[in-house]
Amino acid sequence: MTDLLVLNGLQKHFGALRATDDVSLSVRPGTLHALIGPNGAGKSTLIGQIAGTITPDRGTITFRGEDVTPLTLPQRARKGLGRTFQISSLIPEFSALRNVMLAVQARQGSSFRFWGRVMADRSLTGPAQACLERVGLADRARVPVSDLSHGERRQLELAVALALEPVLLLLDEPMAGLGPEESRKMTDLLHTLKRETAMLLVEHDMDAVFSLADEVSVLVYGRVIANGPVAEIRTSAAVREAYLGEDA
Amino acid sequence: MDNSRSNSFLRSREGVLTVAALAVLLAAPLVAQAAGQTYFISLASRVAILALAGVGLNLALGTGGMISFGHAAFFGLGGYVAGAMVFHAQEGGRFLGLLEGTQQALVSWPLALGIAGIAALFIGVISLRTSGVYFIMITLAFAQMFYYLGLSFPTYGGEDGMTLYERSTLGGLSVSGDLPFFFVCFGALLLALLLCSRLISSRFGAALMTARQNETRLATVGINPFPVRLTGFVISAMITALAGVLLVEQNGFASPSLLSWHRSGEIMIFVILGGVGRLIGPVLGAAVFILLETVIGGYTDRWQLVLGLVLLGIVLFARGGLVGLLAGRARHD
Repeated sequence: MTDLLVLNGLQKHFGALRATDDVSLSVRPGTLHALIGPNGAGKSTLIGQIAGTITPDRGTITFRGEDVTPLTLPQRARKGLGRTFQISSLIPEFSALRNVMLAVQARQGSSFRFWGRVMADRSLTGPAQACLERVGLADRARVPVSDLSHGERRQLELAVALALEPVLLLLDEPMAGLGPEESRKMTDLLHTLKRETAMLLVEHDMDAVFSLADEVSVLVYGRVIANGPVAEIRTSAAVREAYLGEDA
Repeated sequence: MDNSRSNSFLRSREGVLTVAALAVLLAAPLVAQAAGQTYFISLASRVAILALAGVGLNLALGTGGMISFGHAAFFGLGGYVAGAMVFHAQEGGRFLGLLEGTQQALVSWPLALGIAGIAALFIGVISLRTSGVYFIMITLAFAQMFYYLGLSFPTYGGEDGMTLYERSTLGGLSVSGDLPFFFVCFGALLLALLLCSRLISSRFGAALMTARQNETRLATVGINPFPVRLTGFVISAMITALAGVLLVEQNGFASPSLLSWHRSGEIMIFVILGGVGRLIGPVLGAAVFILLETVIGGYTDRWQLVLGLVLLGIVLFARGGLVGLLAGRARHD
């Protein structure tokens, strides 16, 4: 079976800084691939290039067998690339429900309808409510984003991404800023989602990474220094020295 | 569910304010007619017309976050096209060498809106590649081009403008009387408000409001912000163009001042005074503007000093404009 996502020789420079230095990796269908590395390793830059917010200087991104490097962010989203942001990126004036409804409407490809009221449209509210239920926000549906807690916003980010029914979900530090209890709930949630969609997970929480991931890539100074199954990475001396050693 | 939604709006403070403002605007000329003060009828028409221009801009500025400082281009273009059709009907000749003039509003008004819409499409395609202060400046620049075009168009009087001796007729109806003409203006305003209120709660409105609040979010769910904004910009321009049409019909006069940047600023003042992004905001804004102009303007030519102070007060102490002051913060689902 072909790989879902293939990065080939990806490079991105910011001035003299090599944020992404010849990165090649692939994500297989039905797996959770974790991307770890110390702060400043270029993880978010890499996610940005895959999602389409950052243009690589060199290299290609192949998604579902198609070269998506020249495609824009919305075009890639329509091909099935969903993402969540490290810093929650939501629609502040809208309720949780309406945030998810926008994603449902985008998936239906019907944003040029001018008359019907969205709140009276069951084909929008139904699936949106279902997504909120899955992330545990069902009873907060009508609460505006500005009144949601940090943890709830992280959950809502995920609900919005799920509503797109992505083929591959890019998760940029979903546990960022969550307390231990919330982190555990998020990990459980990602466990259940693993069955439906492949994921590329950037995360600092090593407990979460090692319990969720099938494969791990380690990024240091923009380079992939190790790549392999969880058990292998966990015991690799090079990885311990470069990354895990610093934290432990 | 549909009905309960609209009923809940009518029961909200903003809903009550909306209905009350429109009722006052509708009642004022009727009272004026009964009292024989017909001057106030044309004043009410002007409030409705300027409010309509503001409702148009509010869609771009308030809903879509596109701070256009060039809506005078559409206001004036609409007015000039409608005026030119009447002008050619009176004086002979053809509009742009192509179309014979007509005093049939059912022909000339849609033509004016269509041409303004095409102009907005052209201006929008270029301007919407920029944002922030650049967007403000580029829309201003385009409007200035239209202003100088108006100045240098000898057929339509250039700097002096053109005088029209008769109003267009609407189908078989004459709207030369002050009261019938007011009803046309008020009807146009109501239609525009209805359109905007449906638009805002539609799928398109959700996308347009997201384009204002979080462009990246819109793109991340797979909706390209550019066509969403462009469509909103064109609809907004066409509503403002209709106001320009009505003003020219009311005054029987079209001049480059319709296209001047002061006009763009005025329309923006209606929106900011009334409340950015609030449905009835531009109506309140235009009403206060006309009231100040009439009442204070009766004492001194410097009435705009007072307008400036009112605007300053609103911007500093009531960010939500008059609607925010009277009905509280905007509610969203």
